[in-house]
Amino acid sequence: MSHNANHAVQGHGHDHGGHHDLDALRQMGFWLFLITDCILFGTLFATYIVLHNNTAGGPTASELFEMPGVIAETFILLTSSFTSGLAVLCMNRGNKKGLIGWLIVTVLLGASFVTLEVTEFLKMIDEGAKISTSAFLSGFYTLVGTHGLHVSVGLVWMTALIIQLSKRGITKTTRRKINIISLYWHFLDAVWIFVFTIVYMMGVM
Amino acid sequence: MAQHQAHSHDSHDEHESHGSLKEYIVGFVLSLILTAIPLIFVLNDIVEGTAANVVLLVTAVLQFVVQLFFFMHLKEEKKPRWNFMALILGIAVVIIIVLGSIWIMGNNEVVK
Repeated sequence: MSHNANHAVQGHGHDHGGHHDLDALRQMGFWLFLITDCILFGTLFATYIVLHNNTAGGPTASELFEMPGVIAETFILLTSSFTSGLAVLCMNRGNKKGLIGWLIVTVLLGASFVTLEVTEFLKMIDEGAKISTSAFLSGFYTLVGTHGLHVSVGLVWMTALIIQLSKRGITKTTRRKINIISLYWHFLDAVWIFVFTIVYMMGVM
Repeated sequence: MAQHQAHSHDSHDEHESHGSLKEYIVGFVLSLILTAIPLIFVLNDIVEGTAANVVLLVTAVLQFVVQLFFFMHLKEEKKPRWNFMALILGIAVVIIIVLGSIWIMGNNEVVK
């Protein structure tokens, strides 16, 4: 690979190894946070799976879920995961405009995802399917809501990074931050795959 | 210094996400296919019951793997693969929590 060749040319770069390692370590710290987040979602999935038949006379999953909206959410989030990857590619080429452009696309897709989800929740609540209606719905709103909250936090974070990028450009620090948020965004898409499969697909099956 | 800057783009990425456009496109297309398969097969009732559950879970796990390798670049990590090991630990904990909960609550008369 090309970077191996460069590495050889550069020697081992011990002169700036300290900063380098610190950045790698910071990114690993974020990775460890993602692993703990995985465990958080694991507990919420476990709760939902255990309780999903306990509808307490309220609506069941197959009565409640409307797949067109959910399918749209799935493809929107998947595409946004891809566009956040394209943003990182632009960054690696030093293309600031491309980077900011793809980040904006990602934010817009993420915002449409959250809008669709909130609309879906409001409609369900309107139909009388509240978080207090049954154990199934408590588990559902907690699991899907926690994911939606993660996406919303990601949107605020990404918007802040876009502002920072436009002021400071691509530096060592902003580069690390973009790498980290792209990791976070891919992670949210990975969690959604399981929400989509276990909650929605298995719910309407 | 200028040369150092030029190189730092490449050398910087040894520890982290790099990837090529091709890699992202392949990952994206694979994810689309793996999302479409359960939609087509399960919503049209081509597979039912246990078979449908298997199709759903297998495509979900495959898509998770696609995300890890094509988007999160797990494969490019150098030894010692701490990130990978942490992930294995996390997955083990999640599986224990989820399967353990299903198992123990399956025997619980109050929840049933």
